[in-house]
Amino acid sequence: MTVSTVSRPVKRAAYVPSIELVPDVLAGSVLAIARMISRAESGYEEAAQALAEIYKHSGKAHIVGITGVPGAGKSTLVSSLIKAFASDGYKVGVIAVDPSSPFSGGAILGDRVRMNDAAQSCRAFVRSMATRGNLGGLARSTLQAVDILDAAGYSPIIIETVGVGQDEVEVVTAAHTIVVLSAPGLGDDIQAIKAGILEIADIHAVSKCDKPEAAATVSALKGMMALGTVKASAGWNTPVLPVSSISGERIDDLKDAIGRHWMHLRESGELAERQRSICKKRILGTARHLFQLRFNEEVEELEKHIQAVVNRDIDPSVAAHRLLGWDNEAQAT
Amino acid sequence: MTDTTVTGQASSTEAHSPGIIRVLVAKLGLDGHDRGAKVVARILRDAGMEVVYTGLYKSPNEVVNAAIQEDVDVIGVSLLSGSHVPLFKELGRCLREQKAEHIFVVAGGVIPEQDYAALLESGVDAIVPQEARADLIVMTIKNLIAARGRI
Repeated sequence: MTVSTVSRPVKRAAYVPSIELVPDVLAGSVLAIARMISRAESGYEEAAQALAEIYKHSGKAHIVGITGVPGAGKSTLVSSLIKAFASDGYKVGVIAVDPSSPFSGGAILGDRVRMNDAAQSCRAFVRSMATRGNLGGLARSTLQAVDILDAAGYSPIIIETVGVGQDEVEVVTAAHTIVVLSAPGLGDDIQAIKAGILEIADIHAVSKCDKPEAAATVSALKGMMALGTVKASAGWNTPVLPVSSISGERIDDLKDAIGRHWMHLRESGELAERQRSICKKRILGTARHLFQLRFNEEVEELEKHIQAVVNRDIDPSVAAHRLLGWDNEAQAT
Repeated sequence: MTDTTVTGQASSTEAHSPGIIRVLVAKLGLDGHDRGAKVVARILRDAGMEVVYTGLYKSPNEVVNAAIQEDVDVIGVSLLSGSHVPLFKELGRCLREQKAEHIFVVAGGVIPEQDYAALLESGVDAIVPQEARADLIVMTIKNLIAARGRI
């Protein structure tokens, strides 16, 4: 006997043009927001005009990045923050990023397990996103998703990065306020990450402070900062805050610190600087991506250059210049 | 982190492909056994799909809200508790109420054949029998989406 599926007939769906979804997105329709994020993620050319329109309405939200080692408790902390901000009347948006498989392209997006209850009870918008091959801790379209939530009136918008390894400091050029979450009992990890991750923090949080080891982690972080290896922004002292999502302890302190940092950015004028650097990074990142796509299209041209480099007729640098149509400069260098 | 949708970008597959399939794997009601759901999640991941897992003990309303925010193509529900008929009925009602009937519902787990008609009636789009192999689960989902087209 063959095993088969029993199913109902399926109706062919109508495709609603993205531009028609824009008014609904701006009015806060959850269905429209969710669909628009998917189209941004898929990179549909048809959605470009709608996203450009949405971008004009963004720029109001406070974007908070949360990063830390895998298992530090980022998703659980975000869940606590959703509740803390929502109880103050904020409409919280969350983009939680998890890695895609480099082999199948698929992904298990598990952050929602931790956040579902908070999303449900607080009317927060929580969206899981796979990196789809992008390195750096975020997905390529994470900031487009942030624009969409921003234009729909969500603030703060929390970006939760993938668990960090070596190169995941991209969140610095995506968010206004960076919270680096460290877990207690991982003393060696603190040593390991101090070169990159610790430097980007506007706020340090230490998770699981209900555990006795947390105090040591807090003092290790404070000690490291006292050594002056971490560059602080003028007029802002990076706090080190122990938190516990289980007991709810000091979550409000973290929420207040995030609010104070936002105030600091606006009053000191540093916000304009951060906005500029976010925009710069987005333009350059997109340009790089477009180049890549163009080369993917010009397969023959690329193949020709590869063969020439393999034959040692030209070197990789000259090939790259020719691919870009910069032959003269290639000869000059 | 780049803005992928820029005019002039290559999109050779756009006209044909509905993009990466997103699935919400959910456990409904008082059913604490999620080994099967996790195995299915892994199978779908390996087939190139993005799988959002809800965790245990979710109400139909919670599952529908999550599915809408995540804009999934399919809700896959594994049920072993025997209470599939009322739970799928409520799930279908919530989908209609929230205008989210475009999301497919695929049922799996322990579902006796005599209940198939009731489930299909209440809004389940496909029922995968428990002896199904991995490729049948994947094909079932791919077929539903191919028939629906891009949304």
